[in-house]
Amino acid sequence: MKKTIITVVGKDAVGIIAKVCNYLAENQVNIEDISQTIVQGYFNMIIVADISESPKSNAEMAKELEKVGEEIGVVIRCQHEDIFNMMHRI
Amino acid sequence: MINLFEVKETNEMITKENLDVRTITLGISLMDCIDSNLDKLNRKIYDKITTMARNLVVTGEEIEAEYGVPIVNKRISVTPIALVGGSACKTPEDFVTIAETLDRAAKEVGVNFLGGYSALVSKGMTKADELLIRSIPQAMARTERVCSSINLGSTKTGINMDAVKLMGEIIKATAEATREDSCMGCAKLVVFCNAPDDNPFMAGAFHGVTEADAIINVGVSGPGVVKCALEKVRGADFEVLCETIKKTAFKITRVGQLVAQEASRRLGVPFGIIDLSLAPTPAIGDSVAEILEEIGLESAGAPGTTAALAMLNDQVKKGGVMASSYVGGLSGAFIPVSEDQGMIDAVNEGALTLEKLEAMTCVCSVGLDMIAIPGDTKASTISGIIADEMAIGMVNQKTTAVRLIPVIGKGVGDTVEFGGLLGYAPVMPVNNFSCEAFVNRKGRIPAPIHSFKN
Repeated sequence: MKKTIITVVGKDAVGIIAKVCNYLAENQVNIEDISQTIVQGYFNMIIVADISESPKSNAEMAKELEKVGEEIGVVIRCQHEDIFNMMHRI
Repeated sequence: MINLFEVKETNEMITKENLDVRTITLGISLMDCIDSNLDKLNRKIYDKITTMARNLVVTGEEIEAEYGVPIVNKRISVTPIALVGGSACKTPEDFVTIAETLDRAAKEVGVNFLGGYSALVSKGMTKADELLIRSIPQAMARTERVCSSINLGSTKTGINMDAVKLMGEIIKATAEATREDSCMGCAKLVVFCNAPDDNPFMAGAFHGVTEADAIINVGVSGPGVVKCALEKVRGADFEVLCETIKKTAFKITRVGQLVAQEASRRLGVPFGIIDLSLAPTPAIGDSVAEILEEIGLESAGAPGTTAALAMLNDQVKKGGVMASSYVGGLSGAFIPVSEDQGMIDAVNEGALTLEKLEAMTCVCSVGLDMIAIPGDTKASTISGIIADEMAIGMVNQKTTAVRLIPVIGKGVGDTVEFGGLLGYAPVMPVNNFSCEAFVNRKGRIPAPIHSFKN
């Protein structure tokens, strides 16, 4: 199954992970891997998720997550893993 | 598994370095629309384009959202209209009705440009070819999204000098016909030598007669990404420089390949080629001239520019060919003046002249592109510039093109504004010594000796 990569970048604040994970849970998205660091006050998170059970498409989710990001002041991108595979793997 | 660093690198290319897929171009053959009745022909053309390209824009937007990479343009190219309209059109005015049909179809499906108002006259002109060429000024004035291209020569056929002379006059007439609109008609009109059948970029895109019924061609871009990569190896030797450009070109092209495969699958149309071009936009940091500066020139146009560009062009190709099995179109670095802020600055500073640009076209992928010249430039002088550029293409077995905008009512030092991706351009001086007697000779320049390879 192809994975979806969700990245969250922005100023650290309370509840970023909660907000994002809540949204994913509500949409039947399974989180397979999650890693997070804070570099100079900036929050960096990458989630590897399986959205095959979700009623929403990758594209719809990308738009909605962008809105969620705007509400909490971070940039959220939700991309099909192939863009990274194509660029970085031969 | 993909790691954080790689994800970050890709996303920074997209968000900070202007990585995008410049265009998905759907090529559509109109050969099966040919009819001797003009009304029927127009109806068939409209129906075929609006049917085939119905989902083009939506599909492009879906891919864009799913992979998070911008796809700037969705466009269409069609069979050269001189071939399609030949049996129905008896006057230039008849051809203009086809241009209007194409414009309506382009608007209906939501593409921003449609290319293929074209004629291929590298050896001779048919009656239909000539009627189409004579219709260009009105066709460009009365349509918004239709692009026109004429192939005037090739390595195999030589240069059709009768057509070169005619095009000098047509370019001036097109500027006159669209003078109220910044002479915009000329920005949508390009002449070629060795025009490729599968070019996805405007204004020169057309769907060649050697192509299938429909095909997806994708043009990638990313001058900003190359420039940022080169910033990291400042002062390094040429080997490191070349290696960096190649790797970057590979990564950029892979994105194009992914988008092309997806678009092809979703639209049910075969994938044609990836065009590996570095196509600048007026946006800051999306400039080929800035790459040349990063390589070590004070400004584009300085001595060394041609060598730097030759190297850049070659490395882009070398990196790109491994990323896709089907590479075609123009593939290389574009050097349009109005669409590249670094080029505009170089002209304004006096570092870059028309003559230097001509030298640069010997080693880059296209030609004299989006250059504004004084409105009072003689038609024969424009033909002379075209002939020079065609000769470079013919002898070097490469594609060359000319897209000049004689800006009516303006002279050297003025600026003309086109807007959007077409940008703005300073009017450049032209060598005004006459070439009239040369251009007015009739006939064609024969193919060069090295074209006889049989």
